[in-house]
Amino acid sequence: MSVTAAPPSEGFRLSQLIYDTRYRGMTIQIVALFALMLAVGWLVSNAIANLEALGKDFNFSFLFATSGYDVNQRLLEYSSQSTHGRAAVMGILNTLVLAAAGCITATVIGVLAGVARLSKNWLIARLMTIYVEAFRNVPTLLWIIIVVAIVNETLPAPRDFRGVETGAFVFTNRGFYLPEPLFSRSLGDIDLTLLKISIDLLAVLAVVFAGLYVSKRIGSWADAKQAATGDRPTVVWYRLGIVFVPLIILLVALGFHLGYAELKGFNFKGGTFIRESFVGLWIALSLYTGAFIAENVRAGIQAISKGQTEAAYALGLQPGRTMSLVILPQALRVIVPVMISQYLNLTKNTSLAIAVGYMDATGTLGGITLNQTGREMETILLLMAFYLVVSLSISAVMNIYNERTKLKER
Amino acid sequence: MAADSVAFVATKEIPPSPPPANSVGPVKWLRENLFSGPVNSILSVICVGFIVWMLASIIPWFLDSSWTPEEMSLKGCRAEASGACFAVIVERFWQFIFGFYPSDQYWRPTLAFVLLLVSIWPVLFSSAPRKLLMLTAVYPVLAFWLIWGGTIWGPIAVVAGVVVGAMIFMKGEDVFNSLIGDAFGPIVKIVVSVLAVVLWMMLLVVPIDSALSSVLDIGLEPVESAKLGGFMLSLIIGVTGIAASLPIGVALALGRQSKLFVVKTISVGFIEFIRGVPLITLLFVAHVLLNYFLPPGTEFDIILRVCIMVTLFASAYMAEVIRGGIAALPKGQYEAADAMGLTYWQAQRLIILPQALKISIPNIVSTFIGLFKDTTLVIVIGLLDPLGLAGTTRANAEWNGIFTELYLFIAVFFFIFCFGMSRYSMYLERKLATDHR
Repeated sequence: MSVTAAPPSEGFRLSQLIYDTRYRGMTIQIVALFALMLAVGWLVSNAIANLEALGKDFNFSFLFATSGYDVNQRLLEYSSQSTHGRAAVMGILNTLVLAAAGCITATVIGVLAGVARLSKNWLIARLMTIYVEAFRNVPTLLWIIIVVAIVNETLPAPRDFRGVETGAFVFTNRGFYLPEPLFSRSLGDIDLTLLKISIDLLAVLAVVFAGLYVSKRIGSWADAKQAATGDRPTVVWYRLGIVFVPLIILLVALGFHLGYAELKGFNFKGGTFIRESFVGLWIALSLYTGAFIAENVRAGIQAISKGQTEAAYALGLQPGRTMSLVILPQALRVIVPVMISQYLNLTKNTSLAIAVGYMDATGTLGGITLNQTGREMETILLLMAFYLVVSLSISAVMNIYNERTKLKER
Repeated sequence: MAADSVAFVATKEIPPSPPPANSVGPVKWLRENLFSGPVNSILSVICVGFIVWMLASIIPWFLDSSWTPEEMSLKGCRAEASGACFAVIVERFWQFIFGFYPSDQYWRPTLAFVLLLVSIWPVLFSSAPRKLLMLTAVYPVLAFWLIWGGTIWGPIAVVAGVVVGAMIFMKGEDVFNSLIGDAFGPIVKIVVSVLAVVLWMMLLVVPIDSALSSVLDIGLEPVESAKLGGFMLSLIIGVTGIAASLPIGVALALGRQSKLFVVKTISVGFIEFIRGVPLITLLFVAHVLLNYFLPPGTEFDIILRVCIMVTLFASAYMAEVIRGGIAALPKGQYEAADAMGLTYWQAQRLIILPQALKISIPNIVSTFIGLFKDTTLVIVIGLLDPLGLAGTTRANAEWNGIFTELYLFIAVFFFIFCFGMSRYSMYLERKLATDHR
C-alpha cells in the first residue's frame, strides 16, 4: 500500500467550479446569492417605479393622523378623533385578548376531549371522535360564521328586553353583557397620557401576588421542616388565609360591588360588554383548535409504551401516581411542542376576525386604515411585522421548552 | 383405599356449562363498555340523554322539511313546513357549484372536473394504466383552457414551448458538447433549455396565439374570472395549491437541510416568514400589493394571484413537514448512500426522499386538508367562494334569516373532501408500510 496515486498535476481548470466538490458548493452559493439579489432588486425597482407613477411615497406619518373611525370593542380609551396608530394598538390588543382567551379554553377542551377519546366508555369515545372529525374536516371560518349566525339569529334583540327584568347576565343578539366590577370608594386612575391605569386594579394585583408569594414561602418552610424532622406541620389553612383574607379586606375597603347592565333607550348601558363577534370567534376557535389538541393529547398518551405503566405498577405505584410521575412527564414531552404550535395557529387564525367584523389588528390596520389612507405597502408591512413578532416569540418559547425537556442522550 | 371410604367418584366427564347470562353477548358488551363502574354508568346515561336530545331535535327538523314550496323564499318554506328549508339549496344549487359561470357553459368545468379525476387516477393508484400520465402532464393547460376559455392556440403554444425546451434538453447534448466542449456542455444545455422555455413563454406565445387565431378561430367562449365562484373556485385554488406546493416544499426542505450557507439561509428565511404570518395577510398582498412589485402595466388575474400566494403559503408548511421526515431518517442511510458512491441528487432521489416522504405522508395530507379548508379565506378579498355566496344569499330579502341549511350544505361538502383525503392517506400508509409489525 505504499504506492498512492499521484495528485493531479494540472493546475486549476474552470470546469472544476462545477465538477469538483471542493468548489462546487461555493459556485452554487454565489449563483444563488446573485439570483436572489437580482430578484429582490427587480421587485424593489418595480415597486419604486409603480409608487412614483401613482404619486405615492413610502412613509409612516399616517399613523399620527386622525383616524376618523370607531373601534367597536376596545380595552383602552379610544375615539374616532384618535390616531391611526392608536387604532392599530386597539386592534393588536384585541387580537392578543382573543388569542389568549382562545388558547386557554382550547387547552381545556382539547385535553378533556383527548383523554375522553381514550376512555373505556364506548359512547364517550365515539362522541369525541365525532367531535374531533367534524371540527378537523370543516373550515374554521365556516365554524366562526356559524356561531356568529346562531347568536345573531336566535337570541333576542336588545329592544325585546323592554319591560323584562334582566339579571346579572344578559344575552342579546348583538353581544353579551356580564357584570362589571365597580369600586364605590375608588382610588382613581393613574393617567399616563397614552393609557389610564386603575389604581384599584393595581392594588388588587399587588395583594394577590404578595399573598401568593408568602404562601409559597410558607409551603417551602413546611417542606424544609418535613425534610429535617419527618413531621409536616399543617399549613394549608395558613396558606389559603394569607392569599384570601387580605384580598377580601381590600375589596371591602374599596367598596367592591358588581354593576349590572340596564336597558336605557335602545341599548343596554353598563356591565361588561362582549360583542357577538368576539363570542363567535372565541367559541369557534376554541372548539376548532381544541379538536386538534385532542388528537395531540391522544397521540402523546398512546406514544408511551404500555411497559412504562406495567413497570410502574410492578414498583408498587398507585394508578394516580403512575399517571402523574411516569406517564404524564413523558407524554408532555410529545404533547407540549405540538400544543404550542397549535397556539400559534390559533393566534394566526384570529385574523379571520375581519370576516365577522371584530376589530382585531387585521380589521383596523389591514382593514379600515388601509382603505382610508390608501397606504397598502406600509399597513401590510406593519401587519406582517406584528404577526411575525408574535409567531417568533411563541416559537422561541417552544424552543426553550424543547431544549429543557430534551432527552439527555449519551 | 377401600371402595366404601370414597364418598363419590365421577365416572364421566361433566359437559361444560354455558357462561352466566351477564358475561356473554350484548349484556357483556354493555357491562364492559358502558357500565363498568358508577362513574362510567353516569357518563353513559348522560351521553345517551345527549344523543336522544340531539336526534329528537334534528330528525323532525329534517323530516318536516320543504324543498319546492310555491313561493321560493323563506316565507314560502315556513308556510309549508316548520322544519328545514332546503328550497334555498334547490334554488341556488348551481350557483353554489359554479358561481356566476354562464349556465350554457356548465359542461366545461364539469368536463375539467371529470378529466381531473381521470388524470389523478394514475398518480394516486398504481393499478391505473401508465399511459394516462400523459394526460396528467397536459392537464393543467387543458383545464385552464376549458374553464377560462379563449382560443385553443394559446394553450397549444404553451405546450409547444415546453416540448421545445424538452427537445433541446434531450437531443442537444452532442451539439453543445461539440460547440463548447465536454466540460461545460451539460450545464449550458440545462441553461439554454430553461432559457428557451422562458423566452418562448414571454415572447412567442402571444404572437403565435393571435396569428393562428386570426387564421383559424377555434376556441371556447372566454369567461372572466369575476364569474368564477362556488365550490368550483374552492377546487381550482385547492387543487392548484396542492399540486404545486409539494415540489416546491420538497425543494425548500432540501434547501433547509443543505450544508450550503446561502441556500440554507434563503430557505429558512422564506419558510419562517411565510409560517409567521396569517394567510389573510398574504391574500391582502395578492389583492392590493402584488401589482406594485410587477413591471408597470402588468395585469394579471386575481384568481391566479391568489393561487400563487396559497401555493407559497402551503409550500412553507410542506417544507417543514418533509424536513421532519428527512430528519427522522437514521444517519446510516446517508452514510450507506455515500458508501455506494451515489451523488447528492442520486442519494436524495433513490434513498432519502422515498423514505422521508413515506414517513411524512400523514402530515403531508394534513397540510393538504388545511390548504383546502383555507381556500374559504378568499372571501375576505371579495371572491365568491361558497361562504361568500352564502353571505350574498343571506343578504337577499327572500332568504333573510336562513343560515343552518346553507352552512350545513357547505360543511358537508368540505367534510366529504377532507375526510376522503384523510382516509386516502391511511390507505397509502398501509400500502407503503414495509416494516413487519
